[in-house]
Amino acid sequence: MSNTGTPLLELRGAGKRFGAIQALSGVDLVVRSGEVLALVGDNGAGKSTLIKCMAGSHPLDEGLLLVQGEPVHLRAPPDATRLGIETVYQDLALCDALDVVANLFLGRELLVPGAGRPLRMLDEVVMEQKAREVLAELAVTIPDLRAPVASLSGGQRQCIAVARAVMWNSRLVILDEPTAALGVAQAGQVLDLVRRLRARGLAVLIISHNLADVFAVADRIVVLRLGRKVADVDARAVSREDVVAAITGAAERA
Amino acid sequence: MKELRATLALQSLPWPVLVGLGVIGAVFQLANPNFLTPLNLTNLLLQIAATGTLATGMVLVLLLGEIDLSAGAVSGLCAACMAVLHVRHGVNGALAAGAALVLGATIGTLQGWWITRLRVPSFVVTLAGLLAWQGALLFVLGSTGSVNLRDPFVVGLAGTFLPSGAAWIAASVVVLLQLAARVRHQAQRARAGLATSSTGNMAVHAVLLILVIGGTTAVLTADRGFPLAVVILVGMMAVVDGMVTRTRLGRHILAVGSNAEAARRAGIPVSRVRITAFALCSTLAALGGVLAASRLQAVNQSSGSGDLLLNAIASAVIGGTSLFGGKGSAWSALLGALVIGSISNGMDLLALESSIKFMVTGAVLLVAVTVDALGQQGRR
Repeated sequence: MSNTGTPLLELRGAGKRFGAIQALSGVDLVVRSGEVLALVGDNGAGKSTLIKCMAGSHPLDEGLLLVQGEPVHLRAPPDATRLGIETVYQDLALCDALDVVANLFLGRELLVPGAGRPLRMLDEVVMEQKAREVLAELAVTIPDLRAPVASLSGGQRQCIAVARAVMWNSRLVILDEPTAALGVAQAGQVLDLVRRLRARGLAVLIISHNLADVFAVADRIVVLRLGRKVADVDARAVSREDVVAAITGAAERA
Repeated sequence: MKELRATLALQSLPWPVLVGLGVIGAVFQLANPNFLTPLNLTNLLLQIAATGTLATGMVLVLLLGEIDLSAGAVSGLCAACMAVLHVRHGVNGALAAGAALVLGATIGTLQGWWITRLRVPSFVVTLAGLLAWQGALLFVLGSTGSVNLRDPFVVGLAGTFLPSGAAWIAASVVVLLQLAARVRHQAQRARAGLATSSTGNMAVHAVLLILVIGGTTAVLTADRGFPLAVVILVGMMAVVDGMVTRTRLGRHILAVGSNAEAARRAGIPVSRVRITAFALCSTLAALGGVLAASRLQAVNQSSGSGDLLLNAIASAVIGGTSLFGGKGSAWSALLGALVIGSISNGMDLLALESSIKFMVTGAVLLVAVTVDALGQQGRR
């Protein structure tokens, strides 16, 4: 998709304050469909606060949040979900004891058709079928959909969490450190998945400390420093050193 | 070996507890040849009916990663209310038993509400419940301290035995329905293009089912007949198992027990799920109390006390339900109750002192919990 037209999500002058601490101030941000946007910055730069504002966990104190050009006010995470914004946090929020199918449909279980709602059984056949379709579409390979997710590798678990986020008509997926704690091969699995999401026209916002991963997938890089946006650049147009300089503040002093 | 077990569909069986049961059976049979007789096995099943019912309820709260220490006291109180309603107030026996279940559900809802809404740990709330409901039991029974039951319905729960013919017909129907359901499910999966069990798998399942149900029926009908209490116990477990594995509520209980934060983020009404599980646990405790009263044909001040509660918890854990939440099944309560019941029954046959019985039961529980804890570490 092109850079023209109404962006999927836009922040204008976003500010958030916790008591005496100004966590975010005057942040402008544009997220477009079919684009991978990386959000980088040092610890305490405001990355987590920013994604929580977009996920509905923190209401904004200042500024505007627009979804497809319409100003919206997110009071709680379900508000964001309704608008097609899904967040995959670092802890993944999977139920280890449940199998892959159960996790994908957690809280949205399908029941066999028929009357008598409270007594209706889970439609395991249809759920498994759909789970298989979704994972196949995203090219996520899981040997046994009926294995508890505790038995899967870190990369597979991350892919399941991402698949769950995108399988319900979401338009923007926010990934919080998706490759932290993963080995190289497993991180590669997750980055491949991110590229496939982009190919399907989703917007992906990825937070990462790992600049190699950022340069591997991101189209655009936004750098936060002390609650302010200090860079918003095309990933192909900058070097790793430029980004590090922006993160540490060396660029400002220079 | 792994492939062989997989092809034989035996992988999912709870091997540790089955082996344990086998060893226990062999040891007691060697020590006293009366152990594995139809008479004694029938008595054994009647003895575990109440414990097994309480244990099934306990499984539900253990799946949440919680505990209910009040189950024994609740069973005693509810049975006492049934007895007093029936004997002193002339209420119909079946109605009084129904009232006991309603009382159990109410107590469970209250405790569950207290635990989830006021955020007091279940250990503390149900420990307070243990004392309070025990007091309520003494209060309800009054100065006489004991009420005898003669109502044909109530006494019949534990005192009725299905004659051989009826038992065999019922057992055959259950086996056929089970097999039909399995075949139908496989056909559905095949139609949906999903992996199906091999014919060998299905055959092994069918043989196991026939052996277990047929064997039990053969043994029990060789004595007084198939006890109604066993039908109630197993039927109740089948219902709870279906609820846990096949309904949305059951799935949500497992999810909350496995990762409450994930469940909350997925939009599951965590508090409502918790309260429902505690309500069901206390309702089953009440049912266990009614079964115990029926067997004893009386309710007295010690109803629901003693080792009933600990045996119920031990049964669930020994059967393979995790104390850490999210893992377990209703059937684990049956297997665990069989282990606990066999040890107790076997030691009674050998006329061992209760001092020995307590120590042995304690050791078995410790081993079961340790296996659970080690398994938990292994998964991390």
